Amino acid sequence: MSIALAPEPTQSPPRRLTAAARAASAAVSLSVLVSFIVVVIVILWSLFPSLFTSYSAVAANPAEKFLGPGAQHWFGTDDLGRDEFARVVYGARSSVGTALVAVGIGLFAGGLIGLLAGFAGGWADAVLGRLVDTLLAIPGFLLAVVVVTGLGFTTLNAAIATGIASVAIFARLMRAETIKVRHSVFIESSYLQGGSAGYVLFRHVLPNAYRSVLALAVLQLGNAIIVIAALAFLGYGSPPPASDWGLLVAAGSTDATAPWLVYGPAIVIVVTVLSINRISRWLRKTS
Amino acid sequence: MATEDQLAAGAPAAHDTATVLDAPTLLRVDGLTVAYGRQTVVRDVGFTLERGQSLALIGESGSGKSTIARTVLRLLPPEARVLSGAVHFNRQDVLKLRERQFRPLRGRELGFVPQDPASALNAVRTIGSQALEAAALLPETGAGTRRARILETFAAVGLADPERVYRSYPHQLSGGMLQRVLIGLAVLPRPALIVADEPTSGLDVTIQKRILDLFSELKESLGIGLLFITHDLAVAAERADSLVVLKDGVVQERGPSWRVFEAPAAEYTRELQADVPAANPDRYRAGHPAGPGRGTADGVAAQIDVRSLSKTFPAGAGGRPVTAVDDVSFSVCRGTTHALVGESGSGKTTTVRLLLGLERPDAGEITIAGESVRSHSRAQWRTLRRHLQLVYQNPFTSLDPTWTLERIVREPLDRFRVGTGSERDDRVRAALHAVGLPPSARSRRPARLSGGQRQRVAIARALVLRPDVVVLDEPTSSLDVTVQADIIDLLFGLQRELGLTYLFVSHDLSLVRQIADTVSVLQAGRVVESGPVSQIFSRPQHPYTEALLDAIPARPAR
Repeated sequence: MSIALAPEPTQSPPRRLTAAARAASAAVSLSVLVSFIVVVIVILWSLFPSLFTSYSAVAANPAEKFLGPGAQHWFGTDDLGRDEFARVVYGARSSVGTALVAVGIGLFAGGLIGLLAGFAGGWADAVLGRLVDTLLAIPGFLLAVVVVTGLGFTTLNAAIATGIASVAIFARLMRAETIKVRHSVFIESSYLQGGSAGYVLFRHVLPNAYRSVLALAVLQLGNAIIVIAALAFLGYGSPPPASDWGLLVAAGSTDATAPWLVYGPAIVIVVTVLSINRISRWLRKTS
Repeated sequence: MATEDQLAAGAPAAHDTATVLDAPTLLRVDGLTVAYGRQTVVRDVGFTLERGQSLALIGESGSGKSTIARTVLRLLPPEARVLSGAVHFNRQDVLKLRERQFRPLRGRELGFVPQDPASALNAVRTIGSQALEAAALLPETGAGTRRARILETFAAVGLADPERVYRSYPHQLSGGMLQRVLIGLAVLPRPALIVADEPTSGLDVTIQKRILDLFSELKESLGIGLLFITHDLAVAAERADSLVVLKDGVVQERGPSWRVFEAPAAEYTRELQADVPAANPDRYRAGHPAGPGRGTADGVAAQIDVRSLSKTFPAGAGGRPVTAVDDVSFSVCRGTTHALVGESGSGKTTTVRLLLGLERPDAGEITIAGESVRSHSRAQWRTLRRHLQLVYQNPFTSLDPTWTLERIVREPLDRFRVGTGSERDDRVRAALHAVGLPPSARSRRPARLSGGQRQRVAIARALVLRPDVVVLDEPTSSLDVTVQADIIDLLFGLQRELGLTYLFVSHDLSLVRQIADTVSVLQAGRVVESGPVSQIFSRPQHPYTEALLDAIPARPAR
């Protein structure tokens, strides 16, 4: 009566094709690899900035002010003679760290709203759905500006504001994924095996619904870095001597004689965000 | 029927002269080898099909039959490569032609009937507008004449009201009608060859019979060559002139249908043939304890008793309320198997859902083990379900893909807090052993299992609580025939061992005849006939039962 387990499930050709496609994409492409390296470096910057530069981010050295990029100072120096690269490296902690806080807020609050709305359905879905629609109707950046004005001008508040603005996006996707899973046969089957609603929600629905939300979270991380940088650029972050990337771009833009002060941090922002987007796209394809 | 005159009238004359002069072989496939990436799915396959003949490619899922059909039509996906071999259609090597040279052949000379009629048509456009696209291949110009030809063809393929079909959107037609439309569109330009990929899977048995009759008729009247792709040996043997049996992309056997069916030479064909219920009226009856009168004996307490059950679903937007179950009654004795038989929409699934408490009945009484469930609370239902389990039709959707087998089978034990942790482990191991899965499979996830193995897991999950009643909702209909045989043997072995009561939902009468003790035949929510299987099948009283019995494929004639 027993049968040997097949090494590969016997499936019809189209199914085998998707399996083949998955195997092909599992071999990571070069651009994804480079993106990962970039992100890992940025994360290391934010954790151990002193390993990457011997200069201080705050100590002024008037003798070396406005030096162009070179072997000594990769990104040049600013009006007080501070090494711009050191300022970027030390700024990574608040720029990337706060972006993580922003995504965390959006992921947790939005995910929970979406999960409950999608799973409960009925009036709960209607109420939460309208709430999300209202949030979506307000431009995210404007909402963030209003929240920062209310809470106070620090980078952390900018992060909280960005997070609140992204709640609706997470809630939408999570709700859609939850509804898709909720109508699966194995969900009904779990009720027949005696599962309660909460049990089914967290043991069956969530594990099957979170994947694309996670890919969105990575995408939103890149977005949050840009939004927080933009808020800092406009002065809605912590004031100097903080060295948020957006603040560095803003400070650099006042000196027309030293364009490298804009290029350095701006290029870091662009490369980081593009790398994160690339990883997110790769995640979405593989999951 | 007027088919012949209607369709023959417009046949291109060039064909007929060619046929008369030297009648080249319509389709010849030689040494065909196709691979997807590094995986070879078709190996050195060859066969020939003469004009006006039919040939069936038979095999289970993964046997490469659809790949062969797609190669003939040059519809292979880009990842696929033809490593060697040739496909000659009217002496032209199809694979060597340029796309520009091949395009006039596709559709005009080579027709295709796809597997799933619902997804083959554009849902947001009328049948007529899509038919006109196909009619662009016709020699006639002018929308009026083309329209007339389309309506003519629709009538010829047995669509009762061609005008209405022409104006309809796909969702307004049934699956059988859509399949007729697709056959009509394939036949419209009068091709020399039609490739039909599982043209009747997914259709009800009586409709399947009508579609197959239609193919036979068209073959006769128009001299069209037919290349059938099917997994159903009984259907193939009844309908095709010759068979090619495939396994893992390799030809196991080929020859005239009656010869292959009556005296299979290859081991695999013998196995396949032995597992087809229609071909072997006694395949599953052996070892089954059913006696003629079993299941109807008086005095034995009924395990399930359903009285005058009714359920009406409220009207959707613009629709009428649907009465899915209408005054249905039946009872099942302990340790026996009762079959619910009917086509889609007959109310079998709703009846099962009412029985399991997944829907609430409008009227009627359900008694399980002598206890009425009418006023059961949620908690009472939960307790009841310990003794009432369900095996779903499709094992690809009924198992959580993120869970391991062990966790899946263990879930009901954990939920109902049965025994201690180590006792649960033992019962999981015993259940997996009982359904024939090796212990090494416990840590696997469903995606790493075949369909048959998944269904074994679903059965293990249903049995691990040691229920009294198991509802089997078409447990084998999504599985290959040899796998079906394994699962049926398993289910009825377990029934003997554990004294289970089965409610078996199916549309396959040849199978029900062998495994069930009693049967209820449902049509449009009503029980049209019920009683012991032996009586219903030998002396059907209702015309619908007769039609269902008639649709069981017959043995091929010599």
